[in-house]
Amino acid sequence: MSAVTVRLPTVLRQQANGQSAVSVAGSTVGEVVDELVLGYPDLKSNLLDEAGTVRKFINVYLNDEDIRFLDQLETTVVEGDEVAILPAVAGG
Amino acid sequence: MVLLQAVSGLIGNTPMVDVSQLSPNPDVRILAKLESQNPTGSVKDRVALAMLEAAEASGELSPGRVILEPSSGNTGIALAMLCSQRGYELKIVLPESVTVERRQVLEAFGVEIISSSGAEGSNGAVRLAQRLSDENPDWVFLYQYGNQANPRAHYEGTGPEIVADAPEITHFVAGLGTSGTLMGVGAYLKEHNPAVKVFAVEPPSGERVEGLRSLDDGYVPPIFDKWGGIDLLDGKRIVRPAESLLWARRLVREAGVFAGLSAGAAMAGAVKVAERLNRKDGPATIVFIVSDGAWKYLSTGAYDDDLDDVAERLADIIYF
Repeated sequence: MSAVTVRLPTVLRQQANGQSAVSVAGSTVGEVVDELVLGYPDLKSNLLDEAGTVRKFINVYLNDEDIRFLDQLETTVVEGDEVAILPAVAGG
Repeated sequence: MVLLQAVSGLIGNTPMVDVSQLSPNPDVRILAKLESQNPTGSVKDRVALAMLEAAEASGELSPGRVILEPSSGNTGIALAMLCSQRGYELKIVLPESVTVERRQVLEAFGVEIISSSGAEGSNGAVRLAQRLSDENPDWVFLYQYGNQANPRAHYEGTGPEIVADAPEITHFVAGLGTSGTLMGVGAYLKEHNPAVKVFAVEPPSGERVEGLRSLDDGYVPPIFDKWGGIDLLDGKRIVRPAESLLWARRLVREAGVFAGLSAGAAMAGAVKVAERLNRKDGPATIVFIVSDGAWKYLSTGAYDDDLDDVAERLADIIYF
Protein backbone atom coordinates (compact mmCIF):
# COMPACT_ATOMS: atom_id res chain seq x y z
CA MET A 1 0.00 0.00 0.00
CA SER A 2 1.30 3.39 -0.98
CA ALA A 3 0.08 6.81 -0.02
CA VAL A 4 -0.83 8.81 -3.11
CA THR A 5 -2.40 12.22 -3.60
CA VAL A 6 -5.67 12.40 -5.50
CA ARG A 7 -6.39 15.77 -7.12
CA LEU A 8 -10.03 16.65 -7.63
CA PRO A 9 -11.44 19.15 -10.15
CA THR A 10 -13.56 22.06 -8.97
CA VAL A 11 -16.76 20.28 -10.01
CA LEU A 12 -16.15 17.35 -7.61
CA ARG A 13 -14.86 19.15 -4.56
CA GLN A 14 -18.26 19.57 -2.95
CA GLN A 15 -18.47 15.81 -2.59
CA ALA A 16 -15.12 15.73 -0.80
CA ASN A 17 -15.71 18.36 1.88
CA GLY A 18 -14.40 21.09 -0.43
CA GLN A 19 -10.92 19.60 -0.63
CA SER A 20 -8.92 19.93 -3.86
CA ALA A 21 -6.56 17.11 -2.93
CA VAL A 22 -6.99 14.02 -0.77
CA SER A 23 -4.37 11.55 0.44
CA VAL A 24 -5.38 7.93 -0.14
CA ALA A 25 -3.62 4.56 0.15
CA GLY A 26 -3.60 1.76 -2.40
CA SER A 27 -1.34 -0.31 -4.62
CA THR A 28 -3.21 0.26 -7.89
CA VAL A 29 -5.20 3.17 -9.27
CA GLY A 30 -8.33 1.03 -8.83
CA GLU A 31 -7.60 0.50 -5.13
CA VAL A 32 -6.98 4.22 -4.73
CA VAL A 33 -10.33 5.02 -6.36
CA ASP A 34 -12.11 2.39 -4.21
CA GLU A 35 -10.56 3.85 -1.08
CA LEU A 36 -11.48 7.36 -2.18
CA VAL A 37 -15.17 6.56 -2.70
CA LEU A 38 -15.21 4.65 0.60
CA GLY A 39 -14.14 7.85 2.35
CA TYR A 40 -16.35 10.10 0.23
CA PRO A 41 -19.39 8.03 -0.85
CA ASP A 42 -20.99 10.97 -2.71
CA LEU A 43 -18.17 10.83 -5.25
CA LYS A 44 -18.95 7.27 -6.26
CA SER A 45 -21.76 7.84 -8.74
CA ASN A 46 -19.77 10.64 -10.34
CA LEU A 47 -16.69 8.54 -10.94
CA LEU A 48 -17.89 5.00 -11.60
CA ASP A 49 -20.70 3.46 -13.61
CA GLU A 50 -22.83 0.53 -12.37
CA ALA A 51 -20.18 -1.93 -13.55
CA GLY A 52 -17.60 -0.19 -11.39
CA THR A 53 -15.55 1.15 -14.29
CA VAL A 54 -14.53 4.77 -14.74
CA ARG A 55 -17.27 6.71 -16.52
CA LYS A 56 -16.80 7.79 -20.12
CA PHE A 57 -16.70 11.50 -19.42
CA ILE A 58 -14.10 11.14 -16.69
CA ASN A 59 -10.38 10.96 -17.31
CA VAL A 60 -8.12 9.54 -14.62
CA TYR A 61 -4.42 10.36 -14.81
CA LEU A 62 -1.47 8.87 -12.97
CA ASN A 63 1.33 11.46 -12.84
CA ASP A 64 -0.47 13.27 -15.68
CA GLU A 65 -0.76 10.18 -17.93
CA ASP A 66 -4.24 8.96 -18.87
CA ILE A 67 -4.62 5.50 -17.31
CA ARG A 68 -6.73 4.30 -20.28
CA PHE A 69 -3.39 4.04 -22.11
CA LEU A 70 -1.56 2.49 -19.16
CA ASP A 71 -3.05 -0.56 -17.42
CA GLN A 72 -6.32 1.22 -16.66
CA LEU A 73 -7.47 0.61 -13.07
CA GLU A 74 -4.83 -2.12 -12.70
CA THR A 75 -2.06 0.46 -13.12
CA THR A 76 0.39 0.18 -10.21
CA VAL A 77 1.01 3.20 -8.00
CA VAL A 78 3.98 3.93 -5.79
CA GLU A 79 4.45 6.15 -2.77
CA GLY A 80 4.21 9.83 -3.68
CA ASP A 81 2.38 9.32 -6.98
CA GLU A 82 -0.32 11.74 -7.96
CA VAL A 83 -3.69 10.68 -9.34
CA ALA A 84 -5.73 13.42 -11.04
CA ILE A 85 -9.41 13.09 -11.89
CA LEU A 86 -10.71 15.45 -14.57
CA PRO A 87 -13.92 15.76 -16.56
CA ALA A 88 -13.41 15.36 -20.32
CA VAL A 89 -13.36 18.75 -22.01
CA ALA A 90 -13.38 19.67 -25.67
CA GLY A 91 -10.79 21.83 -27.39
CA GLY A 92 -10.56 23.36 -30.84
CA MET B 1 6.32 31.04 -56.54
CA VAL B 2 3.00 30.50 -58.20
CA LEU B 3 0.19 32.92 -58.85
CA LEU B 4 -2.80 31.69 -56.87
CA GLN B 5 -6.44 32.29 -57.74
CA ALA B 6 -7.39 32.52 -54.05
CA VAL B 7 -5.78 32.54 -50.61
CA SER B 8 -7.18 29.06 -50.03
CA GLY B 9 -4.48 27.81 -52.41
CA LEU B 10 -1.95 28.49 -49.64
CA ILE B 11 -3.49 25.87 -47.35
CA GLY B 12 -1.43 22.78 -46.58
CA ASN B 13 1.97 21.62 -47.84
CA THR B 14 3.49 23.08 -44.70
CA PRO B 15 7.22 22.78 -44.00
CA MET B 16 8.96 20.83 -41.27
CA VAL B 17 11.90 22.21 -39.31
CA ASP B 18 14.48 20.21 -37.37
CA VAL B 19 14.55 21.46 -33.78
CA SER B 20 16.78 18.66 -32.45
CA GLN B 21 18.96 21.21 -30.69
CA LEU B 22 16.21 21.11 -28.05
CA SER B 23 16.15 17.30 -27.84
CA PRO B 24 17.15 15.91 -24.44
CA ASN B 25 18.39 12.72 -26.10
CA PRO B 26 21.17 12.76 -28.73
CA ASP B 27 19.70 9.66 -30.41
CA VAL B 28 16.34 11.32 -30.93
CA ARG B 29 15.56 13.88 -33.63
CA ILE B 30 12.62 16.21 -33.09
CA LEU B 31 10.91 17.76 -36.10
CA ALA B 32 8.35 20.57 -35.94
CA LYS B 33 5.57 20.48 -38.56
CA LEU B 34 4.75 24.16 -38.99
CA GLU B 35 0.97 24.32 -39.35
CA SER B 36 1.41 27.94 -38.32
CA GLN B 37 2.49 28.54 -41.95
CA ASN B 38 -1.09 28.14 -43.18
CA PRO B 39 -2.65 31.41 -44.41
CA THR B 40 -4.51 32.30 -41.21
CA GLY B 41 -1.70 30.90 -39.14
CA SER B 42 -3.15 27.65 -37.84
CA VAL B 43 -3.76 24.00 -38.62
CA LYS B 44 -7.48 24.80 -38.73
CA ASP B 45 -7.23 26.19 -42.26
CA ARG B 46 -7.07 22.60 -43.49
CA VAL B 47 -10.11 21.59 -41.47
CA ALA B 48 -12.18 24.61 -42.46
CA LEU B 49 -11.49 24.13 -46.17
CA ALA B 50 -12.22 20.39 -46.01
CA MET B 51 -15.50 20.91 -44.14
CA LEU B 52 -16.67 23.58 -46.59
CA GLU B 53 -15.74 21.52 -49.63
CA ALA B 54 -17.53 18.47 -48.23
CA ALA B 55 -20.68 20.47 -47.50
CA GLU B 56 -20.57 22.06 -50.94
CA ALA B 57 -20.11 18.69 -52.62
CA SER B 58 -23.04 17.19 -50.76
CA GLY B 59 -25.26 20.13 -51.74
CA GLU B 60 -25.83 21.07 -48.09
CA LEU B 61 -24.06 24.37 -48.61
CA SER B 62 -24.75 26.98 -51.28
CA PRO B 63 -24.09 30.74 -51.51
CA GLY B 64 -26.28 32.82 -49.24
CA ARG B 65 -26.48 30.19 -46.49
CA VAL B 66 -25.60 30.91 -42.86
CA ILE B 67 -22.86 28.81 -41.27
CA LEU B 68 -22.67 28.24 -37.50
CA GLU B 69 -19.65 26.84 -35.67
CA PRO B 70 -18.36 26.69 -32.08
CA SER B 71 -14.66 27.49 -31.92
CA SER B 72 -12.03 28.57 -29.43
CA GLY B 73 -10.84 30.81 -32.24
CA ASN B 74 -8.68 29.17 -34.88
CA THR B 75 -11.42 27.24 -36.69
CA GLY B 76 -13.56 30.36 -36.67
CA ILE B 77 -10.74 32.45 -38.13
CA ALA B 78 -10.03 29.86 -40.82
CA LEU B 79 -13.70 29.69 -41.79
CA ALA B 80 -13.89 33.48 -41.82
CA MET B 81 -11.07 33.68 -44.37
CA LEU B 82 -12.90 31.24 -46.64
CA CYS B 83 -16.57 32.10 -46.12
CA SER B 84 -16.73 35.72 -47.27
CA GLN B 85 -15.33 34.89 -50.72
CA ARG B 86 -17.72 32.00 -51.11
CA GLY B 87 -20.77 34.01 -50.17
CA TYR B 88 -21.56 32.48 -46.80
CA GLU B 89 -22.55 34.36 -43.68
CA LEU B 90 -20.58 33.10 -40.67
CA LYS B 91 -21.59 32.99 -37.01
CA ILE B 92 -18.98 31.77 -34.50
CA VAL B 93 -19.82 30.70 -30.95
CA LEU B 94 -16.75 31.82 -29.03
CA PRO B 95 -16.12 31.27 -25.30
CA GLU B 96 -15.45 34.49 -23.41
CA SER B 97 -12.28 32.90 -22.02
CA VAL B 98 -10.21 33.03 -25.21
CA THR B 99 -7.42 35.56 -25.79
CA VAL B 100 -8.41 39.02 -27.01
CA GLU B 101 -6.43 38.48 -30.24
CA ARG B 102 -8.72 35.66 -31.32
CA ARG B 103 -11.74 37.90 -30.96
CA GLN B 104 -9.95 40.76 -32.74
CA VAL B 105 -9.00 38.61 -35.73
CA LEU B 106 -12.57 37.34 -36.06
CA GLU B 107 -13.78 40.94 -35.93
CA ALA B 108 -11.25 41.93 -38.60
CA PHE B 109 -12.82 39.35 -40.90
CA GLY B 110 -16.29 40.69 -40.15
CA VAL B 111 -17.62 37.60 -38.44
CA GLU B 112 -20.62 37.64 -36.14
CA ILE B 113 -19.45 36.48 -32.71
CA ILE B 114 -21.89 34.81 -30.35
CA SER B 115 -20.29 34.76 -26.90
CA SER B 116 -20.63 31.70 -24.69
CA SER B 117 -19.83 31.45 -21.00
CA GLY B 118 -16.14 31.52 -20.21
CA ALA B 119 -16.75 29.42 -17.10
CA GLU B 120 -18.20 26.62 -19.22
CA GLY B 121 -15.19 26.55 -21.55
CA SER B 122 -15.31 24.85 -24.93
CA ASN B 123 -17.97 22.43 -23.74
CA GLY B 124 -20.26 25.40 -23.17
CA ALA B 125 -19.59 26.73 -26.70
CA VAL B 126 -20.40 23.35 -28.22
CA ARG B 127 -23.58 23.10 -26.17
CA LEU B 128 -24.76 26.59 -27.12
CA ALA B 129 -24.02 25.98 -30.81
CA GLN B 130 -25.99 22.73 -30.69
CA ARG B 131 -28.94 24.55 -29.19
CA LEU B 132 -28.77 27.37 -31.76
CA SER B 133 -28.54 24.81 -34.53
CA ASP B 134 -31.69 23.07 -33.26
CA GLU B 135 -33.49 26.41 -33.11
CA ASN B 136 -32.36 27.47 -36.60
CA PRO B 137 -32.57 24.41 -38.85
CA ASP B 138 -31.81 26.51 -41.95
CA TRP B 139 -28.31 27.28 -40.64
CA VAL B 140 -25.54 24.93 -41.69
CA PHE B 141 -23.82 23.48 -38.61
CA LEU B 142 -20.40 22.20 -39.68
CA TYR B 143 -19.57 20.79 -36.22
CA GLN B 144 -15.83 20.15 -36.40
CA TYR B 145 -16.02 17.71 -33.46
CA GLY B 146 -18.20 15.31 -35.41
CA ASN B 147 -17.41 16.17 -39.03
CA GLN B 148 -15.55 13.39 -40.86
CA ALA B 149 -13.97 15.99 -43.16
CA ASN B 150 -11.89 17.16 -40.18
CA PRO B 151 -9.82 13.98 -39.61
CA ARG B 152 -9.98 13.23 -43.35
CA ALA B 153 -8.17 16.52 -44.10
CA HIS B 154 -5.31 15.23 -41.98
CA TYR B 155 -5.50 11.67 -43.30
CA GLU B 156 -5.27 12.93 -46.87
CA GLY B 157 -3.06 15.99 -46.32
CA THR B 158 -1.03 16.35 -43.14
CA GLY B 159 -0.23 12.63 -42.76
CA PRO B 160 1.10 12.06 -46.30
CA GLU B 161 3.09 15.30 -46.11
CA ILE B 162 4.81 14.09 -42.93
CA VAL B 163 5.67 10.72 -44.47
CA ALA B 164 6.98 12.40 -47.63
CA ASP B 165 9.32 14.65 -45.63
CA ALA B 166 10.23 12.23 -42.81
CA PRO B 167 9.57 8.63 -43.89
CA GLU B 168 11.74 7.50 -40.94
CA ILE B 169 9.21 8.88 -38.41
CA THR B 170 8.90 6.72 -35.27
CA HIS B 171 6.67 8.90 -33.03
CA PHE B 172 3.99 11.52 -33.57
CA VAL B 173 2.81 14.03 -30.94
CA ALA B 174 -0.05 16.52 -31.25
CA GLY B 175 -2.55 18.36 -29.11
CA LEU B 176 -5.96 16.84 -28.47
CA GLY B 177 -8.77 19.28 -29.17
CA THR B 178 -11.33 17.97 -31.60
CA SER B 179 -8.96 14.97 -32.06
CA GLY B 180 -9.02 15.58 -35.83
CA THR B 181 -5.25 15.96 -36.25
CA LEU B 182 -4.44 12.96 -34.07
CA MET B 183 -7.06 10.67 -35.65
CA GLY B 184 -6.35 11.61 -39.26
CA VAL B 185 -2.56 11.74 -39.06
CA GLY B 186 -2.41 8.83 -36.61
CA ALA B 187 -4.48 6.55 -38.85
CA TYR B 188 -2.37 7.44 -41.89
CA LEU B 189 0.94 6.95 -40.08
CA LYS B 190 -0.06 3.54 -38.70
CA GLU B 191 -0.99 2.39 -42.19
CA HIS B 192 2.40 3.62 -43.38
CA ASN B 193 4.18 1.82 -40.53
CA PRO B 194 2.26 0.08 -37.74
CA ALA B 195 5.23 0.58 -35.40
CA VAL B 196 4.78 4.38 -35.34
CA LYS B 197 3.59 5.50 -31.91
CA VAL B 198 1.00 8.25 -31.58
CA PHE B 199 0.78 10.44 -28.47
CA ALA B 200 -1.76 13.06 -27.45
CA VAL B 201 -1.19 16.01 -25.16
CA GLU B 202 -3.93 18.06 -23.57
CA PRO B 203 -4.17 20.95 -21.12
CA PRO B 204 -5.73 20.35 -17.69
CA SER B 205 -8.86 22.19 -18.88
CA GLY B 206 -11.30 20.20 -16.80
CA GLU B 207 -9.58 21.17 -13.58
CA ARG B 208 -10.93 24.68 -13.25
CA VAL B 209 -13.99 24.62 -15.50
CA GLU B 210 -16.59 25.73 -12.99
CA GLY B 211 -19.57 25.92 -15.29
CA LEU B 212 -19.94 22.16 -15.52
CA ARG B 213 -23.19 21.34 -13.82
CA SER B 214 -22.21 17.73 -13.52
CA LEU B 215 -19.83 15.32 -15.09
CA ASP B 216 -22.48 14.49 -17.65
CA ASP B 217 -21.52 17.81 -19.19
CA GLY B 218 -18.19 16.21 -20.02
CA TYR B 219 -17.50 15.79 -23.66
CA VAL B 220 -15.68 13.37 -25.94
CA PRO B 221 -15.63 14.44 -29.62
CA PRO B 222 -17.64 12.01 -31.78
CA ILE B 223 -14.75 11.73 -34.26
CA PHE B 224 -12.53 10.38 -31.47
CA ASP B 225 -14.92 7.45 -31.03
CA LYS B 226 -15.60 6.99 -34.76
CA TRP B 227 -11.90 6.81 -35.60
CA GLY B 228 -11.14 4.41 -32.75
CA GLY B 229 -9.21 6.93 -30.66
CA ILE B 230 -8.70 4.60 -27.72
CA ASP B 231 -6.98 2.02 -29.93
CA LEU B 232 -5.23 4.51 -32.21
CA LEU B 233 -3.43 6.41 -29.46
CA ASP B 234 -0.48 4.95 -27.61
CA GLY B 235 -0.63 7.48 -24.81
CA LYS B 236 -2.26 10.67 -23.67
CA ARG B 237 -0.88 13.06 -21.11
CA ILE B 238 -1.68 16.37 -19.49
CA VAL B 239 0.79 19.17 -20.07
CA ARG B 240 0.33 21.90 -17.51
CA PRO B 241 0.51 25.60 -18.45
CA ALA B 242 3.98 26.21 -16.98
CA GLU B 243 5.45 23.43 -19.09
CA SER B 244 3.65 24.59 -22.25
CA LEU B 245 4.99 28.09 -21.67
CA LEU B 246 8.52 26.90 -21.03
CA TRP B 247 8.71 24.92 -24.27
CA ALA B 248 6.95 27.57 -26.34
CA ARG B 249 9.56 30.06 -25.11
CA ARG B 250 12.44 27.70 -25.87
CA LEU B 251 11.08 27.08 -29.38
CA VAL B 252 10.95 30.83 -29.96
CA ARG B 253 14.30 31.75 -28.43
CA GLU B 254 16.45 28.72 -29.18
CA ALA B 255 15.01 27.48 -32.47
CA GLY B 256 13.48 30.62 -33.93
CA VAL B 257 10.11 28.87 -34.23
CA PHE B 258 7.45 31.42 -33.23
CA ALA B 259 5.33 28.78 -31.52
CA GLY B 260 2.00 29.17 -29.77
CA LEU B 261 1.11 27.56 -26.46
CA SER B 262 -0.51 24.39 -27.78
CA ALA B 263 2.67 23.92 -29.84
CA GLY B 264 4.64 24.37 -26.63
CA ALA B 265 2.51 21.62 -25.06
CA ALA B 266 3.16 19.30 -28.02
CA MET B 267 6.89 20.01 -27.80
CA ALA B 268 6.78 19.22 -24.08
CA GLY B 269 5.14 15.90 -24.98
CA ALA B 270 7.83 15.21 -27.60
CA VAL B 271 10.56 15.93 -25.04
CA LYS B 272 8.95 13.52 -22.59
CA VAL B 273 8.88 10.79 -25.24
CA ALA B 274 12.52 11.50 -26.14
CA GLU B 275 13.61 11.29 -22.50
CA ARG B 276 12.09 7.85 -22.14
CA LEU B 277 13.71 6.30 -25.21
CA ASN B 278 16.81 4.23 -24.56
CA ARG B 279 19.78 3.63 -26.77
CA LYS B 280 18.55 0.06 -27.35
CA ASP B 281 15.42 1.50 -28.95
CA GLY B 282 17.65 2.71 -31.78
CA PRO B 283 17.49 6.13 -33.41
CA ALA B 284 14.12 7.80 -33.29
CA THR B 285 12.42 10.65 -35.13
CA ILE B 286 9.59 12.44 -33.38
CA VAL B 287 7.32 14.74 -35.36
CA PHE B 288 5.12 17.18 -33.46
CA ILE B 289 2.58 19.72 -34.64
CA VAL B 290 3.01 23.47 -34.28
CA SER B 291 -0.71 24.08 -34.50
CA ASP B 292 -0.40 27.84 -34.44
CA GLY B 293 2.05 30.67 -33.91
CA ALA B 294 2.64 32.92 -30.93
CA TRP B 295 0.73 35.91 -32.32
CA LYS B 296 -2.62 35.18 -30.74
CA TYR B 297 -1.16 34.71 -27.23
CA LEU B 298 0.95 37.84 -26.90
CA SER B 299 -1.63 39.67 -24.77
CA THR B 300 -1.31 37.02 -22.04
CA GLY B 301 2.34 37.92 -21.46
CA ALA B 302 3.18 34.33 -22.36
CA TYR B 303 6.60 35.12 -23.75
CA ASP B 304 7.97 37.70 -21.36
CA ASP B 305 6.11 37.87 -18.04
CA ASP B 306 7.11 35.86 -14.97
CA LEU B 307 6.44 32.26 -15.91
CA ASP B 308 4.53 31.30 -12.76
CA ASP B 309 2.32 34.40 -13.01
CA VAL B 310 1.38 33.65 -16.62
CA ALA B 311 0.88 29.95 -15.85
CA GLU B 312 -1.64 30.95 -13.18
CA ARG B 313 -3.48 33.26 -15.59
CA LEU B 314 -3.56 30.58 -18.28
CA ALA B 315 -5.50 28.24 -16.02
CA ASP B 316 -8.57 30.28 -16.96
CA ILE B 317 -7.79 30.83 -20.65
CA ILE B 318 -8.62 28.41 -23.45
CA TYR B 319 -5.51 27.96 -25.55
CA PHE B 320 -6.19 24.62 -27.26
